[in-house]
Amino acid sequence: MSVAPPLLAVEGLTKSYGGIHAVRGVSFSLRAGEILALIGPNGAGKSTCFDMLNGQNRPDSGHVRLLGEETTGKKPRDVWRMGVGRTFQITATFATMTVRENVQVALISHGKQLFNLWGSAPNVDRGEAGRLLELVGMGGYADRPCGELAYGDLKRLELAVALANQPKLLLMDEPTAGMAPRERVELMRLTAQIAREKSIGVLFTEHDMDVVFEHADRIIVLNRGMLIAEGSPAEVRGNPQVQAVYLGEGLLYDAEHREGASA
Amino acid sequence: MAFYVVQFLTGLASAASLFLVASGLSIIFGVTRIVNFAHGAFYMIGAYIAFTLTERLSGAFGFWGAIVVAAFAVALIGVLVEMVLLRRIYHAPELFQLLATFGLTLMVEDLVVLIWGPDDLVGRRAPGFKGAIDFFGQNIPSYDLFLIVLSPVVLGILWLLFQRTRWGVLVRAATQDRDMVAALGVNQKWLFTSVFAVGVFLAALGGALQIPRDAVHHAMDLRIIVDVFVVVVIGGLGSIVGAFVAAVLVSELNAFGILIFPKISIILVFLVMAVVLIVRPWGLFGRPEAPARRTPGLTVNPWRPLTSNERLAALAALVVAASLPLFAGNYALTVGSEIAIFVIFAVSLHFLMSVGGLASFGHAAYFGLGAYGVAFLAKMAGLPMIVCLLLGPLLGCMGAAVFGFFAVQLSGVYFAMLTLAFAQIVWSIAFQWVSVTGGDNGILSIWPEKWAASPSHFYWLALGVAALVTIALRVMVFSPFGYALRATRDSLLRSEAIGINAKRMQWTAFVIAGTTAGIGGALFAYLKGSVFPDNLGISLSVDALVMVLLGGVETVSGGVIGAIVYKALNIWLVSQTDLSKLVLGGFIVLIVVVFPKGIVGMLEMLAQRRRKTSPPGSPLLAKPIESAE
Repeated sequence: MSVAPPLLAVEGLTKSYGGIHAVRGVSFSLRAGEILALIGPNGAGKSTCFDMLNGQNRPDSGHVRLLGEETTGKKPRDVWRMGVGRTFQITATFATMTVRENVQVALISHGKQLFNLWGSAPNVDRGEAGRLLELVGMGGYADRPCGELAYGDLKRLELAVALANQPKLLLMDEPTAGMAPRERVELMRLTAQIAREKSIGVLFTEHDMDVVFEHADRIIVLNRGMLIAEGSPAEVRGNPQVQAVYLGEGLLYDAEHREGASA
Repeated sequence: MAFYVVQFLTGLASAASLFLVASGLSIIFGVTRIVNFAHGAFYMIGAYIAFTLTERLSGAFGFWGAIVVAAFAVALIGVLVEMVLLRRIYHAPELFQLLATFGLTLMVEDLVVLIWGPDDLVGRRAPGFKGAIDFFGQNIPSYDLFLIVLSPVVLGILWLLFQRTRWGVLVRAATQDRDMVAALGVNQKWLFTSVFAVGVFLAALGGALQIPRDAVHHAMDLRIIVDVFVVVVIGGLGSIVGAFVAAVLVSELNAFGILIFPKISIILVFLVMAVVLIVRPWGLFGRPEAPARRTPGLTVNPWRPLTSNERLAALAALVVAASLPLFAGNYALTVGSEIAIFVIFAVSLHFLMSVGGLASFGHAAYFGLGAYGVAFLAKMAGLPMIVCLLLGPLLGCMGAAVFGFFAVQLSGVYFAMLTLAFAQIVWSIAFQWVSVTGGDNGILSIWPEKWAASPSHFYWLALGVAALVTIALRVMVFSPFGYALRATRDSLLRSEAIGINAKRMQWTAFVIAGTTAGIGGALFAYLKGSVFPDNLGISLSVDALVMVLLGGVETVSGGVIGAIVYKALNIWLVSQTDLSKLVLGGFIVLIVVVFPKGIVGMLEMLAQRRRKTSPPGSPLLAKPIESAE
């Protein structure tokens, strides 16, 4: 349709650890504003794949391009500067700082103020930090020490931090792991809303199929390091290969029951 | 040729004691994760007790029996120390453990002098190994040959112990995952105690076996512990084979270094260590370190800048301090100047430790470099005082830039050990390069110019600089740089994921801290009128650490308070008692066990408790405080 490169283009991504082929020739792409779920059973290579997208891990071969620009081989911090935000499966935040300060650090980095020795950090981008916190529903927690937040709130804080550099692409590794069911729905609804409003592409891995089928525009399925299916939630749900991989996890049963409920 | 062979064999013989002590340290670290600074002290006690016993007991059986009994006796002391002290601090941060065991070392140094006297003691020759063997015209003491055979034998016994016994299996399992072993129903307490006993036994044996070769004296603990740190860092903490290989390597480097580079023989070893750490940060045979654990009890309250009332209070305190010359005598003013200088020194390390999370064990290097910088400029270039004061600290800055670059590649215990090693390099340069530094005699008569010569003028100068430095560093804590630096301390993963180059931030912090320490050193040179290698020695580095911990690492103003209290106490103690090390060591141990948050941390906690009980506190504010405790 258009000649403009996709937001994210992954081509033939491959990674082995010794004799184990963790990821074998994975290719896919992602458009701006699209929410793409990467699913697969344990050990399918999701995390390895994910880590190669933002430079946490280096692929043996293959390419990752962001708006046509190569990110392979770059460090995570450089990939971030290209406009890729990320949240972690186990939240990583600055535990001794307040919620607002956590966001401010990201804004300081985004504004290239890291080596400013003389400014007053509490006043740096205070308003912008507040707006980001409001956006994820954490406005009332701004002055709380981050170390005492509940897990679900930490996930929302991570989202605010990841949004601080106005990313084009958001990578979320199991964003709802360890959360209560209602929190999961809330967080993903929030993410989807932000992504659509700001036209951010979102790639997330997830084990909870309710979350996946409800929020993903498109799903790619990984098994034993290889891409075995790709398509809309309905297509993937009906794919016999995917069903075979997931059989025994109750997906078929789930799917049948839900068809009637959500239609 | 024969000469070189003999030199090689001498090196191998020296490796024996080093290996024994290092393997003990390694075993203890592997299981308990404690870097036992007191290991040198146990080595020394082993030598002293063995000396006494060999003097009392006669005959070959008496001698060898005495050696073994001495090692067992010290192991028993070790068990006592483990049960009374270490069990309380296993969950404290690594830094606290290093410091507590250092306090123990200080106490032992005084106790040993108290019991055995300050003089060197020359022990008996070993029965059966009194002579020397002729090797193509060169003499090799037969005791050396005994030691050469001994270390592989000990290595073999340790290997059997770890591979073939149930205890050994548990120790190896605990080295990999302590919590898992505990979950499997193993009594961890006794496992730790037994491991500590074995480690101490090895150290004491190493000390006892030294008596036929070397005189026993009360400074042998520090000498060996630095070498042992180097050995375990090169070999890899937790690896016994690594300790063996590295002990041989270090001893041979020493043996041949003296022949090839007589001037810089000490440096050679440290250079090798630096190279190993950069190529393989976890040592030749070690495994990468697990990320440092956070201590649950030490929750941190977010920092905030001073309120305007607090600023007024600080200003008032400064005014009071500045009025000291109105009513105090010259001696008090000199003490005051010294305290002000140590405030500079302490806040510089405090900045690095509390904001950057980097515990330097060799911070005195940059303090001393600043002092030497002034000495060179004043004595050789004959520059005026003000120029010297401005340019002298640059030597500290350059030292910090070079060493800091390598040091920030590592973290945790390894960072501490590497900074310690770098400080030792600088110290040995100052000590050995006599033609430039004057060696042990130092550089004398560096006196301030007339405008700063009187005690009151110099006091005002020191106080003014200390105030400026403290304010500047405080501003930096709350600057964007300070925020980002704290971020790298809290989570490397997250800070990297938001575009922060952590190593560059840490390097910058290291250079800032080093330069600031250099400013303190520059003033110190003028205060004392002289510069000595001691100005960059280990004990000064440890003084800085104690000041920071005493004030409280996790507070913003801990450095200032810690320096004032510690230095005043120190000066007073030295004037009051001959056993200042004993008191000081006991004091350090006490801080670590009883007040891990330091003085300022304690005060903050008390203030919060009061605020909490007062009814009109807003619920939004009161809640975080509750959970922060």
